Amino acid sequence: MTPVAIELTINGEATAATVEPRLLLSDFLRDTLGLTGTHVGCEHGVCGACTVLVDGRTARACLMFAVQADGAKVETVEGLMALNGDLSPLQEAFRDHHGLQCGFCTAGMLMTATELLRTAPTADRAAIREAISGNLCRCTGYETIVDAIVQAAPAFLEAAPAFEARETPR
Amino acid sequence: MTEAPRNFRWIGQSLKRPEDARLLAGRGRFVDDVKLPRMAHAAVLASPHAHARILSIDTSRAAALPGVLVVVTGAEFAATVGAMPTLSNPPVVQHAIAIDRVRHVGEPVAAVVATSRYIAEDALALIEVEYEPLPAVVDPEAAIEATGDALLHPERGSNVAHHSDHTWGPVDAAFASAERVVRRRFRWPRVSPQPIETSGAVVDYDAAERRFTVHSNMSQQSVIGARLARALGVEPHQMNFLISDVGGSFGGKSSLYHVPLIAAGLARLAGRPVKYVEDRLEHMANGNQHASDRVYDAALALDADGRFTALSLKVIDDYGAYFMMNTGSHGNALAQATGPYRIPALHYEVTCVVTNKTQQAPYRGFGGEVGNFVLERLVDAAARETGRDPVALRRQNFIGRDEFPYRIPNGNIYDSGDYARVLDRALAQLDGPAWRARKEAARKAGKRIGVGLATVNERSVLSVTELWFLDKDPAFPQSSSPESVHIRINPDGAALVTLFAPHWGNSPETMAKQLVAEYLGIDPARIVVGYGSTDQGLISKGPVGSRYTVMLAGAIAGATRELAVKMKRLAAHRLGGDPEALELRDERVFLRDDPARGLSFAEIGRAAHSFRLSFPNDEAFRSGLSAQYTYDHLYTTMPSADRSDLGVFYPIVGHACHIAVVEIDEATHQTRVIHYVAVHDAGTIVNPRLVDGQIRGGIAQGIGTALYEKYHYDEDGQLLTGSLADYAVPTSHEVPDIVVDHVETPSPFTEFGIKGCGEGGRLAAMPAIAAAIDDAFADEELFVDELPVTPSALHGMRAASVR
Repeated sequence: MTPVAIELTINGEATAATVEPRLLLSDFLRDTLGLTGTHVGCEHGVCGACTVLVDGRTARACLMFAVQADGAKVETVEGLMALNGDLSPLQEAFRDHHGLQCGFCTAGMLMTATELLRTAPTADRAAIREAISGNLCRCTGYETIVDAIVQAAPAFLEAAPAFEARETPR
Repeated sequence: MTEAPRNFRWIGQSLKRPEDARLLAGRGRFVDDVKLPRMAHAAVLASPHAHARILSIDTSRAAALPGVLVVVTGAEFAATVGAMPTLSNPPVVQHAIAIDRVRHVGEPVAAVVATSRYIAEDALALIEVEYEPLPAVVDPEAAIEATGDALLHPERGSNVAHHSDHTWGPVDAAFASAERVVRRRFRWPRVSPQPIETSGAVVDYDAAERRFTVHSNMSQQSVIGARLARALGVEPHQMNFLISDVGGSFGGKSSLYHVPLIAAGLARLAGRPVKYVEDRLEHMANGNQHASDRVYDAALALDADGRFTALSLKVIDDYGAYFMMNTGSHGNALAQATGPYRIPALHYEVTCVVTNKTQQAPYRGFGGEVGNFVLERLVDAAARETGRDPVALRRQNFIGRDEFPYRIPNGNIYDSGDYARVLDRALAQLDGPAWRARKEAARKAGKRIGVGLATVNERSVLSVTELWFLDKDPAFPQSSSPESVHIRINPDGAALVTLFAPHWGNSPETMAKQLVAEYLGIDPARIVVGYGSTDQGLISKGPVGSRYTVMLAGAIAGATRELAVKMKRLAAHRLGGDPEALELRDERVFLRDDPARGLSFAEIGRAAHSFRLSFPNDEAFRSGLSAQYTYDHLYTTMPSADRSDLGVFYPIVGHACHIAVVEIDEATHQTRVIHYVAVHDAGTIVNPRLVDGQIRGGIAQGIGTALYEKYHYDEDGQLLTGSLADYAVPTSHEVPDIVVDHVETPSPFTEFGIKGCGEGGRLAAMPAIAAAIDDAFADEELFVDELPVTPSALHGMRAASVR
């Protein structure tokens, strides 16, 4: 298979690579780029552990080829924490509420919650449960994840205009 | 909410977890994150047949594919790697890659190592295997009588891997004189832990040093490592096991053999580090992690006053194709077979059969959850048959708070408890009249609402005798199940704690911090927790059987005791006087009678590290400030030779009362859990928020077992549920917010009175939900005797109950 040149932005950083057309986005992020924070749980698009944002929308990195992200803005869990180690309000909320135990589904949960709160920062518990229903967690029973997202929402409300400007809902 | 605070500084605080920052930042250290120079990737070829002879394998085309480094058949692999570890005796022989015969769909028949997983999988498609199909054995009861080609292990002459029959107490007399005997048959479904991270290993073999370095998400490295070394034909010191973050286990990864063994064997053949991580289908079809799959014929005897007088359980358990855990999950169920009730006589007959499915491993409850379900269902049936209130019947038969320590008929001890108080607290949390009103309203809208309750015990702090005491001739009658810790005080006074079991979703770093802080009087922020490899390591049984916090507390108590002695000795020399006159608090060692006079931990740490000549020329003042401690099981005894007494093996016993409220659509028979109350007594609680997390997570898994999850095999032994789209793990829609509350009856035997609580949610949820479904259809006398209660299953049960 002839490798294909792609250019994309990952967590704000311009990235160029030459990849096999069949290379999954999840493997590109994890193996090629060393961004191992995005986890692979099922490789058939059900568990949601590999969820990333592609142009602001959640996508299953295990169901996308890297070449499909050519030209896209990709955001992963590694982009959430500040360089100095300060956790984002969403990450802090997960820690405050014990919204993670083993931590394996967490990256996908955080990215799904990020999409939700950017677009609907006033989401109620039911809307939050609906939004995360495509992300399996085997440890927590979900309640504390919902608690965490509720706590983090106001921070997104304050930041909402900035996100609106760069979002182009499909 | 916990009860009145005691005189603890850190025990009982909901400290935030030190584990979380790296996990939230995407910087966890999971096994699939490991990438070594020249690392190659393995993939295994899975059998499409449930049961077949392997006639021939042609790997030539696969081996010729560019990028392929190694291709091996099972026979070729077995030339360098021996059989998998097993606790069964005589051993039910299993190879990580099958030789001659496959015994379940998904069993590996060949493996490829290539420069990428993509190429390795391409190569699998080029391997040609010729099979001669054999009869598939799927039904556990039919397996018992099977002969000829339907024998999975013909050399054993039978598909029955174990049968034994045990009577403790006056069983026959109790049944003969019973006013009523309640009999039911139950079918418990084949489920599995299903962690979101599958099993994996990265192994490097250094041919010059003849040593393996193993990264894996297994546990019990210090125990299982030696068994894997034996299979690889090397000494245990030729393998160093590193500890990774683990993306969930729930018991399954505690006995993980085939994955590290495949990676290690292939790494040695390839001369390169090899990564082998299961995909989800491999995990489901060949994970060696299915759980109890049982048929029960159960009977409970009652006297005229409603007192329980005997319990009889005849169990057939479908173990799948192999028997690595032996009868451990039945030993486990026996720890609390009579539940929270006074039942003086117990009969237990167990038949373990092999069938053409992947084999069993522990799953949160390890068979105890099945026993709890059966007993609670029998109690509900007894209440119905005798016209008694199910709550009153339970209360009447509870072991009283003054009867502890309480010996159950088979010899195990329950340390303490106050079951009535737990029940009262749970009932107080439920607004009964409101739910009754909603029930009426729902009925008019085509919905049924039901409320169900269960009162169960949670045995904790596993001892290993349960793994073999049902055998006449155990392979390895081990009696040690210790836990270890190493603690060092640095020159700056900070404490470095090394653990020897992985973080797999429990919170070992948080526990270590809170416990060391409590014992030494040091701020948790000044405690760093890490993990030791087996090279550095001490023996550790790890987090199985709801034991880790209790065992870790014992180990930390021992190590900090030694540290305190030395710190007082050093300080006493500096301050003058008797070490016994000193106390430790707030990172200082000071005179009890004159607290202003003292030394900080930093001053003592510096002295111990750098100022030897300031102290007497005496061995007791030698440099260094560290201690290691290996703590043995706090209360365990050997079984008697004839097994009329199993000994004490699971004495730290918590209790829980769960109340589930379900709503069922009359048209679709879809059941939803809409409200849930869980009250637990796990003794003294170290970190309330984390305990609540364990309870909620266990209940979520219990909801899965009760309503959604099951491995379906068809009559040919084909797995029909090989993806997470078919094997339905509860999502955020299926798990409600849960009211969690506690009673704290401290254990008299453990440090601080802590009891284990890692499994409790899943030990109690299933019977509560089943009872709630019964209640929703009380007018039809519905009785749930099989899980999961899917819509079609419920439709069938209703039809049967109406008839």
